[in-house]
Amino acid sequence: MFEGVPLSWFLILSTVMFFVGVYGFLVRKNLITMLMSIELILNSVCINFVAFNKILFPEHMEGMFFTIFIIAVAAAEASVAIAIIINIYRRIVNIDVEKMDEMKY
Amino acid sequence: MNILLLLIIIPILTIIGILFTRDNKQVRVVSAIGMTFQLITSAIIILWFLAERHAGNTAEFLFASNYVWYETLNIHFYIGVDGISVAMIGLTSMVIFAGIFASWDVDDLPREFFTSLILLSSGVFGFFISLDLFTMFLFYEVAVIPMYLLIGIWGTGPRHYSAMKLTLMLMGGSALILVGMLGLYFNSNPAGGPLTFEIPEIAKVNIPLNTQLFFFPFLFIGFGVLGALFPFHTWSPDGHASAPTAVSMLHAGVLMKLGGYGCYRVAVFLLPAAAHELAWIFLILTTISVIYGALGAIWQKDLKYINAYSSVSHCGLVLFAILMFNETAMNGAIMQMISHGIMTALFFALIGMIYGRTHTRYINEMSGLMKVMPFLAVAYVIAGLASLGLPGFSGFVAEMTIFVGAFQHADTFHRVATIIAASSIVVTAVYILRVVAMMLYGKINKEEYELITDAKWYDRMSVGTLIFGITAIGIAPLWLSNMITNGLGPMIEKLLPGMN
Amino acid sequence: MFDFSYTIWIVLIPFFLFILIGFLGNKFKPAVSGIVGSAGLFISWILSIYTAYKYFFVVGRVDDVYQQIIGYNTLWLRFTDTLHIDMGVFIDPISVMMLIVVTTVSLMAHIYSTGYLKGEKGFERYYAFLSLFTFAMLGLVVATNIFQMYIFWELVGVSSYLLIGFYYTRDTAVAASKKAFIVTRFADLGFLIGILLLSYYCGTFDFLTLTSPTGPAIGTPPAATFIGMSVLTWAMILIFMGGAGKSAMFPLHIWLPDAMEGPTPVSALIHAATMVVAGVYLVARLFPIYITVPIALQLVAWVGAFSSLFAAIIACTQYDIKRVLAYSTMSQIGYMMCALGVSGMGGHEGLGYMASMFHLFTHAFFKALLFLCAGAIIHAVHSNYLHEMGGLRKYLPITHITFLIACLAIAGIPPFSGFFSKDEILVAAYHHDTALFLIEYVVAGLTAFYMFRLYFGIFWGKKQDYHHAPHEAPKSMTIPLIFLAFGAMFAGFIPFSHLVTSDRHIFELHTEWIIAIPSIVIALVGIGVAWVMYLKPTGIPGKIAHALHGFYRAAYHKFYVDELYLFITQKIIFDHISKPIAWFDRHIVDGSMNGISYVTNQASDRIKGFQSGQLQQYALVFVSGAVILALVFIYLWT
Repeated sequence: MFEGVPLSWFLILSTVMFFVGVYGFLVRKNLITMLMSIELILNSVCINFVAFNKILFPEHMEGMFFTIFIIAVAAAEASVAIAIIINIYRRIVNIDVEKMDEMKY
Repeated sequence: MNILLLLIIIPILTIIGILFTRDNKQVRVVSAIGMTFQLITSAIIILWFLAERHAGNTAEFLFASNYVWYETLNIHFYIGVDGISVAMIGLTSMVIFAGIFASWDVDDLPREFFTSLILLSSGVFGFFISLDLFTMFLFYEVAVIPMYLLIGIWGTGPRHYSAMKLTLMLMGGSALILVGMLGLYFNSNPAGGPLTFEIPEIAKVNIPLNTQLFFFPFLFIGFGVLGALFPFHTWSPDGHASAPTAVSMLHAGVLMKLGGYGCYRVAVFLLPAAAHELAWIFLILTTISVIYGALGAIWQKDLKYINAYSSVSHCGLVLFAILMFNETAMNGAIMQMISHGIMTALFFALIGMIYGRTHTRYINEMSGLMKVMPFLAVAYVIAGLASLGLPGFSGFVAEMTIFVGAFQHADTFHRVATIIAASSIVVTAVYILRVVAMMLYGKINKEEYELITDAKWYDRMSVGTLIFGITAIGIAPLWLSNMITNGLGPMIEKLLPGMN
Repeated sequence: MFDFSYTIWIVLIPFFLFILIGFLGNKFKPAVSGIVGSAGLFISWILSIYTAYKYFFVVGRVDDVYQQIIGYNTLWLRFTDTLHIDMGVFIDPISVMMLIVVTTVSLMAHIYSTGYLKGEKGFERYYAFLSLFTFAMLGLVVATNIFQMYIFWELVGVSSYLLIGFYYTRDTAVAASKKAFIVTRFADLGFLIGILLLSYYCGTFDFLTLTSPTGPAIGTPPAATFIGMSVLTWAMILIFMGGAGKSAMFPLHIWLPDAMEGPTPVSALIHAATMVVAGVYLVARLFPIYITVPIALQLVAWVGAFSSLFAAIIACTQYDIKRVLAYSTMSQIGYMMCALGVSGMGGHEGLGYMASMFHLFTHAFFKALLFLCAGAIIHAVHSNYLHEMGGLRKYLPITHITFLIACLAIAGIPPFSGFFSKDEILVAAYHHDTALFLIEYVVAGLTAFYMFRLYFGIFWGKKQDYHHAPHEAPKSMTIPLIFLAFGAMFAGFIPFSHLVTSDRHIFELHTEWIIAIPSIVIALVGIGVAWVMYLKPTGIPGKIAHALHGFYRAAYHKFYVDELYLFITQKIIFDHISKPIAWFDRHIVDGSMNGISYVTNQASDRIKGFQSGQLQQYALVFVSGAVILALVFIYLWT
């Protein structure tokens, strides 16, 4: 299926996704957007796993398993994070990350 | 059972007793009973000690017991007393006894107050009977920590600031002490084998000079902070000024003596060679303490500040005398500790009582109090005269012993230091008489002072005990002097090789 | 050998009286304290007389030499094996003489005070202090060692402090007591250092060993020197400083005139007859050592002579009668010091020593008498000031006669006691140093002048309008006056050269008329001048004062010594030492402690700022950290 698509393409894609995610995480103030950026980062990792697994060790399945784990963890994490965000919103009617520094000391 | 353990058990039982009391009155009565027993126990220990010595028991430490406490690190609970610690025990029990009566009218959380006070005193007793550095340090901390609460909760004026300052500076001192003690511990057995914290054991070891030189300043300054060594004395004026009466009494009277005692028992006794090498630096500092404290006191207006600076001066004399390294001066140092302990406790007790009546501590706001409270005024004059070294009171005996001892060094440096220190007796006279003249003599300056009542029975109890102490030592000093000299033997033996 | 150990009771009785009156005095009527105090002291007095009799006439003299006897001795405090303080009774001619002086004058003061202070508040307190003083003074004179003397020296100082400040509600009295204590305390510092030096080099405190001709001080004097003088000289000078402070020698005299704020019997007892001569007694006690250090002895002579002249001049200008007497005391003590300073050792050489002790003895009587008379006068007119008195001879006949006797005695008119002792001093000075002799000679004239100025001013002169007619003092006050007047009249006939001499050998004394006649003449001249100027109110004193304007002003203001002291203490010590130290302590020493905590606080504030709570900032730091680490690793591995 992927014959002819070189590994470097996958890596470029995942790198771009990763840095887009990092950028988004660092600059966006909205907690939901930041959560989405984290998803991007995780997914870029997933792509790497799958691509390496398929190309380097086609007889093994660990990369795939790992990816599935990550997806599961990401789902759990997303639900917890959104729950937290909703609670924060209820409390301060805002989801701007810069407002959230009450526990700094 | 070892009788010395009673000194720790009685305070603990008293504290437990206080927990079961129902009202303020019971708290006071229980504390008073407990500390009366403590005083009696101390008296018995002193008499028993003298009887043993008289009967020819020449062991270095009497009533010694040694219990293993934490085997892995070879920490023992090792107690015992010589002439010096016995004298200090007598001092402590006298001051705490008087302190209980002086704080008879504490109405604010009395249960907690007396508990902390007695806990503090048990720490002090533990410190004086310990012969193991680790337990000594432990009791030292027990003595210092309640001070924070006592000043912070029951104090006056900027009490949080003062409590914080006092505790932090003393903790700083104890950090230095800990380093020094660990230094001693890790050098306690140069031949290899188990290390030890026991003072008599470490005393037998010849620690190399370089190691001694390294650790001596830690120990001397560490204890010196508590002994109000210049320039680490500034906790004393603020701390004393903010502390409640009994705490000032106990602190200036006894806790500051832990410093002198520690310098003597740990720093100089265990590191004699370094003590000789570095004595000159500390002699300069202590001489400054003596004259500086006295001159600083002249300018103060607050009674407690005057007395705090005066304590700096007198405690400076203790360390000064210890650094003279001869029997006479050291004897004087110990006597000065006891004498100053009782005297300054008396001062603080009286200041507390005067403050309780006039609601001011500024001497320029009071006048003519002799007329309305003759008992307290006369007691204050007596305390003042004792403080300026009048014969017939303990201060004279101690100071003269120190000066005669210090004068046994024929070189110019020691001579000059001694003469400077001796000149403090004139300055002391100036500030003492100034206070007496301004506060007690003259005409009454405020109408409400006409209504002041003289001392209550508990005030008289407290003041009477302490006055008895200073005059008893002042009129018949020989037994005390002999008892102390007797305890100095090992120290002098250890110092002698260094003298040549 | 006769057992003198009972003599300890002479000292201890006043001590127990002090305890008794101090603790129980307020339980009884005030008069009880006075009676108990006087009665107790009477026993001491009898014992002293008995001791003197036994010592001088029965057992003391062996082969014409008076023995030095340790009547009682007990260890009090041990410093080292050789240095220890003993408490004991030392019996030799001067201590026995002083026992007589102290107990006699003290007894008179006790009796006199029962009348003088009748009805005063604090009557029992007064008697307690008086007993304390007597105890301390007796302990001082019988000291067996120099440290015992120092102990009691301090105690007399404090009892003097307490008694000067007896009227504690009066500000001047309080200030005077403070001044007296601090000035003498300063002098005592010198004394203490002197003792330390002496005892270090001689290895003993004991008078017997110190003054023995073969002892460590005289036989084998220490070789050490300091700035060109032997340590022994230094020690003796410093010890003399203590003596000068207590005896109000220039420049440590400033406390004595102010000390007159105390009750008058106290001035008579402490500040005229006993405590202030302690300095003379001290020098006399250590005289065998002083004689070996001529520099110190010269100093004693000159300080004494200068003080006597200085005080005599001031005395001529003062109006407070007690102050005049105070300066007169200072002047007379200067005489005694000077006499010691010009004395030699042994036989007729030691004339000055004998004369000094003689003068101390006679002075105690006539000066105590003068003060007690002054007390009676003040009691009658309620004022201390000369210009508020006059014409009192009719009102106070007994006081008048006794005062006159005392004046004649102090002026040195034969056959009154002062003549004999003063004459011997002049003879001794004449043989030693002409300059000193001339000073003392002039002082003799001045003394006669200012005493008769007082006498004429008080008892003659213009009659004042008194609020109520002055009346003679009660019996309890006049009896001591009469007793002391007898002393002042006849004490001069005691053959002192057979009793008290420098080497305790007796020698024969002969009056040198070549000195005696001029001294009588100058005394008469002094009296004559006073007669002319003060018998009737005249304008002469005012004119003279005007003519000597500057000098008179300076003398009237006591040559501004007080102002100088005030400048030193107030300006230099208070404002320029103590105040900066207090400031330094608060701001520099304590400031640096607070500074440490401030720095810690600031540092933690800074580090705390790093913890902003901004999630994205943390993430940025984290990411950049990861990137930097990645770069570092890549760089290192390739």
